[in-house]
This record gives sequence, C-alpha cells and structure tokens, in this order.
Amino acid sequence: MSVSKPLPHDAAALHVTGQARYVDDIPTPRGTLHLAFGLSQIARGRITAMDLAQVRSSPGVVAVLTANDLPFDNDVSPSLHDEPLLAKGEVFYVGQPVFLVVARSHRAARVAARRAEIRYAEEEALLTVDAALAANSRFEDGPRIYHKGDAEAAIAGSAHVIEDSFEIGGQEHFYLEGQAALAMPQEDGGMLVNSSTQHPTEIQHKVAEAIGLPMHAVRVEIRRMGGGFGGKESQGNALAVACAIAARQTGKCCKMRYDRDDDMTITGKRHAFRISYRAGFEAGGRITGVSFTHLVDCGWAQDLSLPVADRAMLHSDNAYAIPAIRIESHRLKTNLQSATAYRGFGGPQGMVGIERVMDHAAHVLQIDPVELRLRNYYDAPSDAPAEGGAAPRSATVPRGISEKMKDNSTPYGMEVTDFELHEITAQLLESSDYARRRRDISEWNADNDRLKRGIAFSPVKFGISFTLTHLNQAGALVHVYQDGSIHLNHGGTEMGQGLFQKVAQVAASRFGVDLNRVKITATDTAKVPNTSATAASSGSDLNGMAVKAACDTIRDRMAAHLGEVYQQPASAVVFQGDRVRIAETEITFETAAMMCYTGRISLSATGFYKTPALDWDRIKGKGRPFFYFAYGAAVTEVIVDRLTGENRILRTDILHDAGASLNPALDIGQVEGAYVQGAGWLTTEELKWDGSGRLRTHAPSTYKIPACSDRPDVFNVALYDGQNREDTIYRSKAVGEPPFMLGISAWLALSHAVGAFGAGYPHLNAPATAEEIWRRAERIQDGV
Amino acid sequence: MSTKMHIKLTVNGKNEEFLAEPRELLIYTLRERLNITGPHIGCETSHCGACTVTIGGKSVKACTMFVAQANGAEITTIEGIGSPDDLHPLQTAFKEHHGLQCGYCTPGMITRATKLLEENPDPTEEEIRFGMAGNLCRCTGYQNIVKSIKAAAAEMNAAKEAAE
Repeated sequence: MSVSKPLPHDAAALHVTGQARYVDDIPTPRGTLHLAFGLSQIARGRITAMDLAQVRSSPGVVAVLTANDLPFDNDVSPSLHDEPLLAKGEVFYVGQPVFLVVARSHRAARVAARRAEIRYAEEEALLTVDAALAANSRFEDGPRIYHKGDAEAAIAGSAHVIEDSFEIGGQEHFYLEGQAALAMPQEDGGMLVNSSTQHPTEIQHKVAEAIGLPMHAVRVEIRRMGGGFGGKESQGNALAVACAIAARQTGKCCKMRYDRDDDMTITGKRHAFRISYRAGFEAGGRITGVSFTHLVDCGWAQDLSLPVADRAMLHSDNAYAIPAIRIESHRLKTNLQSATAYRGFGGPQGMVGIERVMDHAAHVLQIDPVELRLRNYYDAPSDAPAEGGAAPRSATVPRGISEKMKDNSTPYGMEVTDFELHEITAQLLESSDYARRRRDISEWNADNDRLKRGIAFSPVKFGISFTLTHLNQAGALVHVYQDGSIHLNHGGTEMGQGLFQKVAQVAASRFGVDLNRVKITATDTAKVPNTSATAASSGSDLNGMAVKAACDTIRDRMAAHLGEVYQQPASAVVFQGDRVRIAETEITFETAAMMCYTGRISLSATGFYKTPALDWDRIKGKGRPFFYFAYGAAVTEVIVDRLTGENRILRTDILHDAGASLNPALDIGQVEGAYVQGAGWLTTEELKWDGSGRLRTHAPSTYKIPACSDRPDVFNVALYDGQNREDTIYRSKAVGEPPFMLGISAWLALSHAVGAFGAGYPHLNAPATAEEIWRRAERIQDGV
Repeated sequence: MSTKMHIKLTVNGKNEEFLAEPRELLIYTLRERLNITGPHIGCETSHCGACTVTIGGKSVKACTMFVAQANGAEITTIEGIGSPDDLHPLQTAFKEHHGLQCGYCTPGMITRATKLLEENPDPTEEEIRFGMAGNLCRCTGYQNIVKSIKAAAAEMNAAKEAAE
C-alpha cells in the first residue's frame, strides 16, 4: 500500500530542476497587462483630493481605476463586507489600496503608482490595543467570555496567587512566493483566474461579485503556492479581484504580483495579543483556577479575526485540566494591517498564555516546570496502554469513576478522551535526557556569569476541525481511464505541505495500484465546487476522506462488474499489487479498466466527506468544536549572553503525534519546519510600526526570519508511534499547525536562561529578541 | 532612460544577444526576456536568495544586479545544472532527502549549494549552515536541506574517488 510510505513530495523532481510552475511562471499571452496598487500614506482619515494626472501620464500606463470606476461590488473581505478593494473616500491604515494602476509592465505600474498626489483630512489613528480599548473600537458588541466554574472564587482561596500581563507580537508569514494572481478573460465574459490562494472557492466568489456574474462564469485554478501559512487564505482576494476587473475592462490578460515591500505593507499578519492573567495554585502545584484577558489587535477590518480570537480562547487550557477558568477576549479594531489567519489561527497565542502561567507558577512554587505540568495534565483515557502505541477506541466508551480522576472536560465542555501526552512526555523526557541536562545546566550556570543556559519542556494539545462547523466538508473527483491511468482532483490546495502526495497515496491504496498510475492535477473550481480553504490543518483529513469515497465508489462498480463477468461475488474481487484478482484469476489493472469500459461501467465518481460528531455554539462557548486533538512535546536548550542578549538554540528534541502517519517523511518535514517557524515567531521575528502607523519592518532586511545558520545545533525529531482514536483517513492525524506550537519551548528555555541571572522571574515578552533578553537580564540581575 | 545597451550573455551554455535598458535587472532578463523561470523573485533586496544564479564562478542574487553589470558574463541557472532525466547529485539529494516543501526557494538553494561544494567539497554541518545562510527557506526548518547537501557531498566525493 502507498499509504504510510516516506515518499518524496509529488513535485520534487520539478522543484529541483526549476520546472515547477508558480503563478508568476505561467507563460502569458502577448499584451498581458500588469497591475499595482496606489497605497494610503496615512493611517486614518478622509481623502479630500486625489490628483492622478501624473499617474495616468506615466509611461506605459493603460488605465487607472478608483473606487468610482468599479462596476459592481467593491469588497474583498472574507467575512463582514468591510474591506473595499479600493478605498471609498476614507482610509484606515498605511498601505491600504486607494487606486489601481494598469500598465504594460510590472515596473511601469509600480513607478506610476507612486506619482499620485492625494490630500487627506487626517483623523486620530488607533495604533495600540490601549488606544482601541479606550475608544471602545472593537469588533462584536463587547468581549466574548467563556468560562467554567467560578475562577475568581477558586483563585481567591488558593495557597499561591500569581498575576502578570505580557505582550505577544504578531508575525509576518513571509511565504517565499509573494501574493500573485493572473486573470484571463474568456469568450463569454467569464474569467479564468490563476491565483496563489489557499481558498480557490472564495476567490471565485469574490471575483464573481466584483464582475457581476454568477460563480459559474468564473473558474479558479491553482497548482501550487510557494508557501501559504494562512497568509493566502483571504489575502489573495484583492489581487485576483483587481486582475479580473482590469481584465474585464481592457479585454486583456492581467497579472498582479506584490513586490515584497508592498506585500508586507498591505497584507495582514498574525494577531498580536496582550494577555493578562491571574491564577491560583495549591501548595502541591495543582492549579485551582485561572482568569485570562486577551486584548487582540485585529487591525482595521474584521477578516477572520473572530474565529482566530475564539481559537485562542479554546487553547487557553492547552494540556491542563483546570477546575475553574474564565477567558475574556476583546477583539480590538486598530488602524494597522488587518490581522489574518496564520498557522495555528490564534491557538498559539492562547497556548503561550497558559504555558506562561505554568512557567511563572513553577518559579514561584519552586517546583520543576515539567513536574508542575504533569500534575496538571488531563487524565489519560482509562484504556491507555502503559507503554507503546495507543489502540483506537470509540470516544464514547465510559470511563470508570474514581475520586482520583480529574474533571477531564475542557473549559468549553468537551471531554478529552484521546489524551496521549502522558506517554509522549515520558518518552521524550527519556530520549532527551531532560533531568540530567537540567541538573548539568544548573551547575554550568553556577560557574558562568556572562553566559547562561536554559532548558524547557512544553506540550501541545491542538484541536482539529474548523470551528465554523460548516467548513468541515470536502469534495473529490476521480476518473479511471480505459488504459488504467487515474486522474485525481480534490478541493485541497498544495502549498508545500505535501497534501497532493498524501492524497494520491490514499487513491493508489484504494485501487491497490502503483502511485505512478495516479495523476495529480491542479485544484480547479470547475472540477470540485464549494470547497473550504485548505486551512485548520484539515487538508488531508477532509480531502483524503473525500478521495477515498470517490475511489471506493469506482472500485465497487468495477468489482461488481468483474465479479459478474467471472461469475464470482463482488467480494471475491481484490485490488492489490497493481493487479486485480477475481477468485483464481488475476488480471492487470489496465485490463480491468478496459473490461469495465467496454462493459459500459462508469469509471468516474465524485466523493464527499463531512466531519462527524461536531456540535459547537461559539457564543455560549460550549460544545464539541473539534473532532479530535493532535499532540506533541518538545524540549529545547538555549544559551544567552547577558551583555548583548545574543542567544542560540543549542538542542531541540521533539516527539510529535501524527497518528498513523500517511507519509512520515512529509510529516517530519512539517514538524521541523513548524518548530523553526514557531521559534522564530517568539524570538527574532519582530514587527515594528512607527508613531504614524507605518510598518518599518517591511522587508527581510529588517524582519528576521530564521536562516540556515539559526537552526538548532542538534535537532532530534520523531513521530509518536500511535494512531488516531477517531476514524480519520487511515487513522492519521492532521499535522500542519500543531507542531508550530512546539516552538514555545524555545521561548520558555530563554526564560529559564534569563532567570539564571538573578533570583526573580524574568517576565519575558514575546518575541524574546536580543534586546528583550538583554533588558530582562539587566533587570533581573539588579534584583528588579 | 531609453538608451538601450547591446548586451551579450551566455546562459546555461547558450549565447544570447539583445538590446536592453541598462537598469533592467538580471532576474527580469532571465525570467521575462529569456523565459528562464527557475530562478524566482522572492524579496527583490538580495536577502532571500530565491533568485540565486552563478556568474563567473560566484553565487549572485540576480534580483539586485543590472543586466548591464552582467554583460559578457557566463551565467548558470538551475536549468543548467541538470534536467529531470539527468539530475545533478544535489538535485537527487534534495529530492530523496526531502530538502524542499513548497519548492520556491529550491532552485536558488541548489544553485548556491553547487558553488558551496565547489568551494568546499567536504563541508562540516556547521560550514553548510553558514555557507547557506544567505538563502532563506520558510518551510523546512533547514534540517533536510543540510541533510541533502551532506548526502550530495558524500555522493560526489565517492564518485570522484571511484574515478581516480
């Protein structure tokens, strides 16, 4: 069977030879026009005059469009209809598109876009969460509050109470391929759009609205992205819509690619949070209650901020059974880029909150941070094996009632029935030699004044499913041709995660054929309609199941027909080893396909899947938003320099739960990449805006993502030997986002190292840049 | 501004001759004039390395070099390093050792790695990490990229020894 094999990425041979095509590599017809936006230069105000004469007369310019020139809907929002493609008289952030230049070259368009003279009546911009809170500038009427028990009462009666407030910065996606789209007008007024998007159906929807046609007139195709990470879930809408409108008006093929600086200036990023907490602990380390307040910087438009902020609340427990909890979440509207989806979708911020509480409490209670965490873990399922892999079981098997059992329900009332972390933690602590290294580090730190080392463990429990329940559906289209070759299409998009290969492995396994019979094709809204974004780590869970359904439909038809021909029951027909066996007879798969074709059997089928068992009320904050949880844990060791704040990751050990992996090589790649990206978020990646709301870190020269030389010196990554207890595709688990949060261990290790400079708690903010580390080390050494 | 220069280049062994504005950037020459789209545009400020090519034996970021500066030069891009039917050992290694995910950085990464292994045929892991620090990847976390380069170096050194 193809599933579970560590096969290379499906397009690896094309990538290594430079032949893999991205949107910007697609050959375009002669006369293709290029687009650029003219951007707002202020953070908030009314446009009082706009002189575009210099733009129009700039060499190579074909057309210049403003909001008044848009024939139909002027909106590119994925949610609230609050995000005009081109500003309607008012601007809300520095970088907001105000007008659109259509020119004969990319450069001509960009040069012209800088020649506008726009006058504004400036208004006071809200550039911080404090300013937004003071002005009551927010999405939704007031804060969302989820709670379980009476947190304040529980905290008040505790032996130890800790409280603090800290900042968590946002994060630029820095997909290596910037946003890009290409629109080709069709003969009947329709539009063919190639877009670097995680969400082709939404591109189709927004383009159709913008050119005043039904969705059937717009076809969106995407073979691959050069990275997405959530940044291409909604942020590609503007480019695709602009291209389609310009293509309609000029009759020419139109292409738009953001230059990197424009990309970083215009598009949304990960939500920055301020988290305040108050938590109570018993003397023995058991948490009694915790109260969180999240101030979420959503930027100027709603985009996906509500579900992002919800998911942060839903991960405020992480791995811990907390008897009483209250989470208050303010979704604040500021005059910055509209924060958007980013790997983890708010989960990482929520998780950093509770991990900070655990870190702080371990310091105050003088308990080893791992021991403290273990005492607060959710209970393992009652049938969990003492060692080794977990057997699948139904989520509804009742557990024995024991006084020792914790209340294993989450703050939102979902029972945790698949908690793998006891076993994962035990294995990882042993393989990483945590206890000995922690002792060694204490000794080493005692002998060193300027350099200190730190080590930290952190677990991940991440909920899998879109919290907007209706998004948990997927479709597929499979054809078997008369020569035995198989054409595969589904609603998921490929952004490097290896989805296409995993799903092809599923298809090959269902037909029992070699993988090279299966042709992977571009995602296409004309083949599979009404798809959800490839997001929430759900790509292989949803699309794998849809493809399985389609393959099984065809296989069952083939089995019935071949059984009839050979006078055997359909159950006697076996698809295996690239052949088909019917009782004693064995034929090739292509012979089987040809026989079915001549026997007038349909060899094409659609497949559909919807995730079962979900039931979620986001206003009440109660129900089962997730089908299951994915788990993982990491131990990171770092070293810091007190005089400069300079720091390095010395060693990382990870054990991650991908269920019964569909492809261990691709999954390990996801884990490694996610960890490094997560550690980057919490260490070097710092977004800075100036006092006028202008993003100053708008290029890799000033925004530091991890480089090859920043990788941990020792990096041990393994997959946990288990399988999903829920009935997912071959019992695998989603792996796109969960390992991102393993990077939290790097931030905690820095906290441990900085703490070694004095007796106090370091109170690190995130990102813990060299400057932040230096500041905290100075303070702690001074006994502040 | 419109004074055009007569430019001659040898790209992947093929002679090219054309008139171009001196300020035309080499990456546009390659991608738009010559339809060589393996080198990608990532940051346009020479930080990410997606556009890395080899010019006169050196790794160069084609996004910040004027075509006029490259006049007369011999240029090798990923397309000149190997083809799907005839892969360079580095290309095989990146494929087999999963040294890529989205693939956007891969052409520049491999092009840079060919020079790294010429400069230092048997690099340590540390030397690979610092030798490749000018090429960014946002997907892999670099572990498999380093692994791929090590594997290719071993393969190439073994082939060299066998030939000697």
